[in-house]
Amino acid sequence: MIEVWINGEPRSFPGPLSVGRLIEELGMPANRVAVEVDLLLVPRSEHAGRMIAGGEKVEIVTLVGGGSEGGTCG
Amino acid sequence: MVEPKDKPLVIGKFRFQNRLFTGTGKYSSLELMRDCMEASACEVTTVAVRRERLVDRSGRSLLDFLDLNKLTILPNTAGCFSAEDAIRHARLGRELLSNLGNPGADWVKLECLGDPRTLLPDPLDTLRATENLVNEGFTVLVYCSDDPVLARRLKKLGAASVMPAGSPIGSGQGILNPNNLRIILEDLKGDDPEYPVIVDAGVGAASDVSVAMELGCDGVLLNTAIASAEDPLRMAYAMRHALAAGRLSYLAGRIPKKLYAQASSPMEGRIAGQAPKL
Repeated sequence: MIEVWINGEPRSFPGPLSVGRLIEELGMPANRVAVEVDLLLVPRSEHAGRMIAGGEKVEIVTLVGGGSEGGTCG
Repeated sequence: MVEPKDKPLVIGKFRFQNRLFTGTGKYSSLELMRDCMEASACEVTTVAVRRERLVDRSGRSLLDFLDLNKLTILPNTAGCFSAEDAIRHARLGRELLSNLGNPGADWVKLECLGDPRTLLPDPLDTLRATENLVNEGFTVLVYCSDDPVLARRLKKLGAASVMPAGSPIGSGQGILNPNNLRIILEDLKGDDPEYPVIVDAGVGAASDVSVAMELGCDGVLLNTAIASAEDPLRMAYAMRHALAAGRLSYLAGRIPKKLYAQASSPMEGRIAGQAPKL
């Protein structure tokens, strides 16, 4: 098992774990998220090849409603 | 008669006919947001980058309610309190929009905030992030205070547009210091008349939009004034027309303000026999 931080929460997954595999496991639409591992952007073209090591901090983000520091809706 | 045509607003490689930019936050429903966007006739709308929820995702995404074929999405770095965080958000926004194939991938509305109560921008981090993002090839539109010196610095660093706040974000106070905006417009556009200056933040009512455009600003970005109005849809139309009115008024050239009256009717030919009593 690999222990990783995803959006600030500790999670474990059976390894080996690529970024692409992680997004799949989480059931997220790959074309609507962007991923950062340990503060560095991992472009979508590298999702399949970028392996996540235990303890790495993963951020998965998407686009939400906001203007200037606005709230979100939906 | 047809209304005279306006030239497009040009920001870097982007060209728009409509000069009203909207935001996508604070709407009570995504349907209402979509309808307001259409009513406002905006071609640009700004979106924020946030963590995807790991659980309880409803399946309804903002992206399903934005016409990505018509709108150019402007990712922002709202909520960032440092240059470093703003740069991360800008990169993630670019990634998200390139995956969606939206032209907005190449630009960013930079916000580096100084404190959560006033949401005023931090000028030092704003400068630092601007320089960095320009070097990374972004078309950077910079939310900033209405400080003319800072605006000049930002332009010099390569900001594609400076976006001074009329008043604090979401405050609805309108344009508090039109003189600062006048100086910014003079300084930045003096020898570069096409340089875009866009008022971002503070708009409360349609008249504020007209005032910004009459001053000679190139556009207005607003969110709360529509989204939190009692009737957002009606306000979206109001903003659209206020922008058009203000722009036309600016281009038409207003009359100078005078202390004394100037009669519009001829004084000759009056049948009145009496002179003024005082």
